[in-house]
Amino acid sequence: MIFDWLPPTLIGVLLVLAGIGAVRRINLWRAGQSEKVDILAGLMAMPKRYLHDLHHVVERDKYMSRTHVATGGGFVLAMVLVVFVHLFGVKSEILAWALLAALVIMFCGALFVAKRRLNPPSRLSKGPWMRLPKSLLTFSITFFVLTLPAAGILPEGFGGWLLTVVLSVLILMSLGEMLFGMTWGGPMKHAFAGALHLAFHRRPERFGGGRSTGLKPAVLGGDVHGVSKPTDFKWNQLLGFDACVQCGRCEAVCPAFAAGQPLNPKKLIQDMVVGFAGGTDEKYAGSPYPDGSGGVQDVGNAVGGKDQIITNGLINPDTLWSCTTCRACVEECPMMIEHVDAIVDMRRFLTLEKGDTPNKGAQVLENIIATDNPNGYSPASRTHWAADQNLNVMKEVKQADVLFWVSDGAFDMRSQRILRSFVTLLKAAKVDVAILGDEERDSGDVARRLGDDATFQSLAKRNLATMSQYRFNTIVTTDPHAFHCLKNEYGDFGSTALDGVEVLHHTTFLNRLIKEGRLQLDAFSGGKVTYHDPCYLGRYNGEYDAPRELLASLGIEVAEMERSGYRSRCCGGGGGVPITDIPGERRIADMRMEDVISTGAEMVAVGCQQCTAMLEGVVEPRPVVKDIAEILAGQLKEMH
Amino acid sequence: MQPNVNVVSLVSIGRHPQSGRSRRAEQDGRAVELGLSLVGEALTVVHVGEDQDPVLRQYAGMGLPSMTVLSQGKECDALPVLTSFLKAQLPSVVLTGVRSESGESSGMLPYLLAEALGWPLVPRVAEILHIKDGQAEVLLALPRGQRRSVQVTLPFIASVDNAAQEARQTAFGPGLRATLHVETVDSVVDDAAIQWEMSAAKPRPKRLKVVKAKTAADRMKAATAKPVGGGGKIMKNETPAEKAQAIFDLLLEEKVVR
Ligand code: SF4
Ligand code: SF4
Repeated sequence: MIFDWLPPTLIGVLLVLAGIGAVRRINLWRAGQSEKVDILAGLMAMPKRYLHDLHHVVERDKYMSRTHVATGGGFVLAMVLVVFVHLFGVKSEILAWALLAALVIMFCGALFVAKRRLNPPSRLSKGPWMRLPKSLLTFSITFFVLTLPAAGILPEGFGGWLLTVVLSVLILMSLGEMLFGMTWGGPMKHAFAGALHLAFHRRPERFGGGRSTGLKPAVLGGDVHGVSKPTDFKWNQLLGFDACVQCGRCEAVCPAFAAGQPLNPKKLIQDMVVGFAGGTDEKYAGSPYPDGSGGVQDVGNAVGGKDQIITNGLINPDTLWSCTTCRACVEECPMMIEHVDAIVDMRRFLTLEKGDTPNKGAQVLENIIATDNPNGYSPASRTHWAADQNLNVMKEVKQADVLFWVSDGAFDMRSQRILRSFVTLLKAAKVDVAILGDEERDSGDVARRLGDDATFQSLAKRNLATMSQYRFNTIVTTDPHAFHCLKNEYGDFGSTALDGVEVLHHTTFLNRLIKEGRLQLDAFSGGKVTYHDPCYLGRYNGEYDAPRELLASLGIEVAEMERSGYRSRCCGGGGGVPITDIPGERRIADMRMEDVISTGAEMVAVGCQQCTAMLEGVVEPRPVVKDIAEILAGQLKEMH
Repeated sequence: MQPNVNVVSLVSIGRHPQSGRSRRAEQDGRAVELGLSLVGEALTVVHVGEDQDPVLRQYAGMGLPSMTVLSQGKECDALPVLTSFLKAQLPSVVLTGVRSESGESSGMLPYLLAEALGWPLVPRVAEILHIKDGQAEVLLALPRGQRRSVQVTLPFIASVDNAAQEARQTAFGPGLRATLHVETVDSVVDDAAIQWEMSAAKPRPKRLKVVKAKTAADRMKAATAKPVGGGGKIMKNETPAEKAQAIFDLLLEEKVVR
């Protein structure tokens, strides 16, 4: 037959082109900063990470997870077999039959992909992604027909040269998408980059059910701090951006996007790709950034290049400052991309190099530097709130079982009510507790999220030096932000102050006290209660149970909000966002209060002074906002 | 911007009112800000004191490629060192704060410098509008947001009021990388000052303010109205000698001069 050589040649050529594309793509990633990665171990762990961790996230959308298993699994199997059967011409009916089976599986999966694309939700990107189901279907049908003779179902040479030519054209179209597109920037790129991203992830601790949420310390003292241009990212961060499938799950959960602030995490990741690959965002076919006043920004004007400063033309700084660092996007991303790391990296450049933190940012940072608290209060007034509390101070007692980390709530009258309630409970349970008093400083959380890692590191080191003078077994704090810093971020500074010390949030600690029978509480009878998971307690530290168990111990049956637990919506108080205050169409706190109201609850229980402040800032009438410590203290049985 | 004008901003180590910790002084920061807005990176920023002080990096972080430090100990007098530096440099404009936040904080430095150099002193500047043909048009800050425009001949010294543009945010990276030109100088120990004993000021009890105003409009008026000095007198047509005599009489009457 005159055209018999055509299909194998096409397959071979496309494979070679894909190989060339892969090398080019890898070189784009390698333009990033070096980062130590165990290449071999990563590659070995990759299949498990894919099957277990990635699928764990995809599973949340059952429809999509099944579709993906069928389509992706079918394709990978089919592709391997295609190479043997059609490229190397291995004559084996068994292989051919296996190939047919794989193609049928893939075909079924692709049907469901196509179905989803009939009326796609707004979070999905359109453009070339709309073409993908067609390519998938074409691929499976074409190779099915092409394989029939090898399986002995049809006679060799069936259909003559005409069929061969038709099949060749279809091969070119579908295999072009699948192989060529995979490494030259088509939708299938996610498979190639995604697999390597799983292998070389910057936070391998996240796999196997682990958690890694602490920001990595900035290196201080170089020619640039933070990320100014795409090549300032680590190479595996660039690789991570490339893994995005534009599923828009991050967009769907982002509170800033919902509030109409100029941020869309999906677009942000795509802009990062535009940055290191060069070009403009004109091909982006998803939801644009909101413009902050109810409309959307134009797409197509953002220009990037690997050595071009990102905030000069690619991304507006307001986009970066809109992020509450709530991690909802990271939690939801099936490709396990780290949006928050990237955003803070770029904020570091704006703050540490440009001196350009918006609105109250500069003043807050200056206050933190000069007074160790964001509002510039006298450090000598830090313990005024406890004047009537008769608390031990570490400076005098030198050791205690529990160190109570008070946090900057000490300066705020509303937060002081939470602190006092917690002290009441500690005393009722006869806990051996002490505070640092005026020796305590801001944990550095706000400075770090605003990009000022120099100030964060200075505070962390000084706090650690203070704590290293005293002995205690446990630190407890009512502030999830300080909790996160102490637990997950202070470990990077080579201090032994926290070695062997357990860092706990007050809800965890109180839950233990109750389980040990050290607190006697009356049942609560104040109506319906819901619970708001603070981001820095839940997603950052995985504590979803203790607060709920505490409420249950009072006989409260929590009326859960639709978005609760790992899907909790941010109150709008994290990431220094109330300070940078980027305009949006609505306030995040208002949206969260609507979530609360829709449960019909009369009270929302929280475990964070910042959440309390944000939710109480919503105009009345609205449900009452109370910290769990306050609720518990109110139910304390009178001791006689 | 007029980068061809030679502008010098003098900076000191400030002191945070709440924590007492060293910081970039409010008004000195404004003096740098004003200098930067006039001549950009051509601005010369000078500090007299210890060259290791980390606060200098906070000034440099405003975007200064370099700073000059006339290095001497805390016990030394800044005035003679600065006078000889400025005599050698001959800048057109020298900007300072109104008074320092630490040390003597007498607010005398700009006056003494002006006297030593024989230059005019423009106190409490809010803005320098432009500099042309050896003349500068300057806005002085008066109480309650009022401004007065004056013409000054170069060279001159100006102290910068709190009404001037606030100092920009300081950035860690550029501050760290800025070069410090440290010059050793012939310092003079301030014999008088080292004898003094410094102690924290005690807040004076405040007289309770009795609000007499009944309506919001009255309160607004009370808060914004100019103080009316009852005994004031405007002398316009009198001779300079008569005007001087009037001032002298007043000083005698107020027991400022005995
Ligand atoms: S961390 Fe939260 S606010 Fe920031 S991009 Fe992700 S979802 Fe949006
Ligand atoms: S970043 Fe993750 S969640 Fe967002 S669109 Fe890309 S793959 Fe989906």
